[in-house]
Amino acid sequence: MSRFGRGAVKSRRARFGSLALNAYAGLALFYIFLPIFVVVLFSFNKPNGKYNIRWQRFTLDNWANPFAEKALTEALLVSLRIAVASTLIATVLGALMAISLSKYKFRGGTVVDLFLVLPLTSPEVVLGSSLATLFINNDVDFGYPTVIIAHVMFQISFVALTVRARIRGFDWTLEQAAMDLGASPLAAFRKVTLPLIAPGIAAAAMLSFALSIDDFIITYFNAGSLLTFPLQIFGEQQRKIPPQINVLATMILIVSVSLLVVGTLAGNRRRRRLEA
Amino acid sequence: MQGGAGVPVITLENIRKQYGTFVAVDGANLSIGQGEFFAMLGPSGCGKTTTLKMIAGFEQPTEGRILLEGVDVSTVPPYKRNVNTVFQQYALFPHMTVFDNVAFGPRSKKLDSSTIKSRVMEMLEVVRLADFAQRRPAQLSGGQQQRVALARALVNYPSALLLDEPLAALDLKLREAMQLELKRIQREVGITFVFVTHDQGEALTMSDRIAVMNEGHIEMVGTPEEIYDRPSSVFVASFIGSANLLPGVVESVSGASVTVRLSCGAVVDSSGTDFAAGESVTVMIRPERITPGGESIAGRSISGEVTDLVFQGPSVRLIARLADGTEVGAVVGSHTNLTIPRPGDSVSMSWDAKGSYVLKGHPEMAGSTTSNLDHVEANL
Repeated sequence: MSRFGRGAVKSRRARFGSLALNAYAGLALFYIFLPIFVVVLFSFNKPNGKYNIRWQRFTLDNWANPFAEKALTEALLVSLRIAVASTLIATVLGALMAISLSKYKFRGGTVVDLFLVLPLTSPEVVLGSSLATLFINNDVDFGYPTVIIAHVMFQISFVALTVRARIRGFDWTLEQAAMDLGASPLAAFRKVTLPLIAPGIAAAAMLSFALSIDDFIITYFNAGSLLTFPLQIFGEQQRKIPPQINVLATMILIVSVSLLVVGTLAGNRRRRRLEA
Repeated sequence: MQGGAGVPVITLENIRKQYGTFVAVDGANLSIGQGEFFAMLGPSGCGKTTTLKMIAGFEQPTEGRILLEGVDVSTVPPYKRNVNTVFQQYALFPHMTVFDNVAFGPRSKKLDSSTIKSRVMEMLEVVRLADFAQRRPAQLSGGQQQRVALARALVNYPSALLLDEPLAALDLKLREAMQLELKRIQREVGITFVFVTHDQGEALTMSDRIAVMNEGHIEMVGTPEEIYDRPSSVFVASFIGSANLLPGVVESVSGASVTVRLSCGAVVDSSGTDFAAGESVTVMIRPERITPGGESIAGRSISGEVTDLVFQGPSVRLIARLADGTEVGAVVGSHTNLTIPRPGDSVSMSWDAKGSYVLKGHPEMAGSTTSNLDHVEANL
């Protein structure tokens, strides 16, 4: 109670203040979640015609046939393939970068820092078009490799920065201790460092996976005729907006939210175990 | 204790370590015997931790050789050296149980699991933590974590155990208990302990021999008694315990006895080796050797004016100013029959025949902090 100051009895002003704060927070959350709610809601809509944009009536038909739209399903698979490949590459490279940046103080470390932040701050249009120019000038055909390279480019930054934030303050003498006890540098990393920083790396990987699935602008420039999930939806919307879009989007949402919940719970349990 | 039987466990030959232009360790020679409890003592930045890291293998000497049981290991990586380290902050693996922490070394050596289990439990018995095998480090107190770190290192039966400021992270009471505990464990396992500390009291209490280091040099190696009673330099005298350092000039030498005329005017008989008449020297007298207020003794007395009395519980510390302005401290025990002089009184202070010792050079050579700063500035 006294969290709001001035004794045990909450003043009227303080009470009004906390009420207003709660109302404001509620409104903000409502604003954030409304579009997501609409996406989920319209996956249960039975549209008249090709455009699933007006609420007609409730149906489970769309969920019964989530993969009815062949092109859309194919595009989702393309996106998943790209996301898996690029996330693997970016996680390994980005995590190694973060480890070396936090473990060693070396000349040029600050320059690397700058290069890490650049992809996050530069407009995606610029990044996408420049990369496309580079590919065209070197006669590289657009397709899976170019999209994966493009995704790895911005994912690395996210992974490196996320992992570095999570391993700040990591006690590197633990690695020395492991080597002192007879573990080779590789064994020391595998048995001591990696298990301890794995949660940070997993969080970074999840984030960069989501970024890959989601990316439109950079992908658009570098995909050629390859259609990812966002590109397919964008291309189709002139002609039709099938409710399967909403169904697949809701599925992605459910998967990512459950991953988040599992991750948070595991993280809390682990923290309790390590710190208790 | 010196050397013990056979080959020394650790030998340093002309070890030099340089970082850029900064010389951390300069020409260190040392030989540590089997079963010794050996301390490396010095102020921060004296090179003691760097020396320890070179023995462990985390740093490589720029010049010189490190021998482990007679074998040159100067370029052998830490995981192939049969020495183990207890780190200052213990560096226990937080994601493993106490058992798994201690079993880490034996498992790295691929011993079979029944051997590992018996060895780990045996070592946990030695450090009295057998009941805590399934706990995690975070669930243990600082002293218990310290003992896990010890067990984790000792379970490998290393040729030598290296301890880097092992007690610095503990509070005073625990530190005193752990000093005795460390001694007990060392006696029990019979392994050579090399420990680094900046705490002279700790070094005196625990060690068989001490190497006093300053600015990358080993100033003196000796038993605690030798180092306390017959320091090799003004620095060692001032760093170990408290010492009255009185400047003077040698008047005459006969054998080991040296007669010195102090700056305050008094002429005292003392002892030391290798002095010549006319040489500038420092006479060291430990405060607890001085008896204030008694009869003055020829050649073993000085007189001054009492400036302060400081109550310290079991004793009283008396501070007096000599004719040349030098301040002298003396410890007055509670059992003394003499009346304690008051501030302003003039007092005669005398000591027994072995109470003083002559050192080379001027007392100001003890001020290593200032010369350190000069050194740093010269480098900039």
